Amino acid sequence: MGEAVDVFSFTAGEAEVDGGESIGAALAKLGDERPDIVVVAPDLSGAPIAAIFAARHPERVFDCGIAECNAMSVAAGLAASGYIPFVLQMGAFSALKCAEQIRTDMAYTQLPVRILSAWSGLTMAYFGTSHHAVEDIAITRAIAGLTVVAPSDPHSALALLRSTLDHPGPVFFRIASGDEPRLYKGIPSVARGQFLRLHEGRDATIIATGLAIHWAFAAASMLEGEGIQIGVLDAVYLKPLDEAAILEAAWETGRILTVEEHNVAGGLGTAVADVLARNGAGAKLSVHGLPDEHLLVARPAELHAHYGLTPEGIVEKIRTLLEAR
Amino acid sequence: MNGLHLNDVLDRNRPAEPEALRRGAEELRLAIIDLIDGAGLGHYSSTFSIAELLTVLYRRTMRLKQGDPAWPDRDRFLLGKGHAAVGLWPLLAELDYFPADWLSDFGKLGAPLTDHPNMRTTPGVDFSSGSLGHNLSVGIGMALAARLQKRDYRTFVILGDGELHEGQVWEAAMAASHFKLGNLVAIVDANGSCATGSTSSVMNIEPVAGRFAAFGWAASDIDGHDIAAIIKAFDTLPDPGMSVPTCIVARTLKGKGVSFMEETPRKWHLGFLGSEDRARAPRRKSGKGSEHGGSGRRFFIHRGRG
Repeated sequence: MGEAVDVFSFTAGEAEVDGGESIGAALAKLGDERPDIVVVAPDLSGAPIAAIFAARHPERVFDCGIAECNAMSVAAGLAASGYIPFVLQMGAFSALKCAEQIRTDMAYTQLPVRILSAWSGLTMAYFGTSHHAVEDIAITRAIAGLTVVAPSDPHSALALLRSTLDHPGPVFFRIASGDEPRLYKGIPSVARGQFLRLHEGRDATIIATGLAIHWAFAAASMLEGEGIQIGVLDAVYLKPLDEAAILEAAWETGRILTVEEHNVAGGLGTAVADVLARNGAGAKLSVHGLPDEHLLVARPAELHAHYGLTPEGIVEKIRTLLEAR
Repeated sequence: MNGLHLNDVLDRNRPAEPEALRRGAEELRLAIIDLIDGAGLGHYSSTFSIAELLTVLYRRTMRLKQGDPAWPDRDRFLLGKGHAAVGLWPLLAELDYFPADWLSDFGKLGAPLTDHPNMRTTPGVDFSSGSLGHNLSVGIGMALAARLQKRDYRTFVILGDGELHEGQVWEAAMAASHFKLGNLVAIVDANGSCATGSTSSVMNIEPVAGRFAAFGWAASDIDGHDIAAIIKAFDTLPDPGMSVPTCIVARTLKGKGVSFMEETPRKWHLGFLGSEDRARAPRRKSGKGSEHGGSGRRFFIHRGRG
């Protein structure tokens, strides 16, 4: 008899953060304070990110059934009528399936819809290629007028939720499971278009996003024991992108490694390369992510190990980068 | 133009005479020709098919406020088939939603009036469109918002019949009855034509009313050029507080009112009359007892050559 495969549940957003709040609880609390917040979901109103809100404000939750595109456009109609809709979507189906509703109904119209795109990257990878969400950074970054953020833990998620609440245009949240281990001790202070610095370093800089920042931070700690100083930047904003921080890293450390749980074609690494090239910054760049091919299907941890998306894999990439002339 | 003053509330089902509305639809077609004349390219035939529907909606049926396109209690109007936006511009100008001289810049670089409606450039456009299949869903959002705000505005959405090929329309059709949106009215411009051929020969949509009825709507067919039938259908809409959405399937002619466009409607989906045809147009046919029982002139542009 085999073991039960425990790789996924709908628990995203259940993890408690400081003050006993989870993302779901924080959303419900925002709903208590703001009657203009509504939740739209395609058969996800029972998922923890939405469930507490739904229990407290059932009249402001609209579950559209398994019809993602309709849910997006319904949310846009609510936003055009004075509401701030939070649309909970599965990462594999949000940007990819609803790119056009995001572009035409939210971004072109500049309406304040918030897309909570949860279970992104390889979170649901066990279920097959259909459930891999590794194209969403490329898609969303190409949409004019869309803000793209990627919280890396519940604390940064809360910071981004609150700080973008009154942004006039749409915001896409790329969330992994929503209950990652804590990375920030308290709620970090985030500013629009700026990365968060997690570690100082002079030898190289890692710029990572989402889950990858956890591995990057661990890798930097491992290398510190050998006297190698690696700066770590958390790309919580993917659009607008923190060009100043990228250029500063290029000038100060001369070597940059990007890490992401996303296709290397069109992701964070591509965006950083673009900034460096446009500004004539001569830093050495290494892009680490998922290869541009159909990925294997397995438990997320097995896939992370296979593709080197681990602290050890990142240490290896850094060593190669430091050796490069 | 309509003898009203800024901030006058235009109530629902205003006592506009059928004959005046019929004439209004003819004038709207002329205004559309003028607008496209200035722009150099435009959607004639699929706008002509809804000239009567638009005229009755804006001059009689919808509750609006002169000069105040953002009035919270206004009835909403969404043009799912956004390529017919040129038919909206003269009606919105008449409501003083923007200066009438904007009309002369239609289609020009950076001009607010565009081929498809843009809510960010044109006051009075309740939502942008251009990609078929989205606006019925957007209308659901607006109808849900009315429920939350305890407002009794209606949301009207005009869809093309070819637009019914889009799957999202049926996601929305399912949701509208599920959410009990008696304040939502879908009008299908059943002009029977899409780019490749007759709509149902490309992909069958019939029976349209039967399909909407099966999705939980109150649905019926009318002649979409018969002013009296349109008035009757709109005047007898259920109270917005009711729980069943309404679908009116308007049977129309693509290119209605222009002989050669009626004959080859697909050719005139997107086109330009050109100076020769334009110089001969419009020609109005006088006579009594038109096919829809009107008593006055019947608008018709005849091809001057060939």
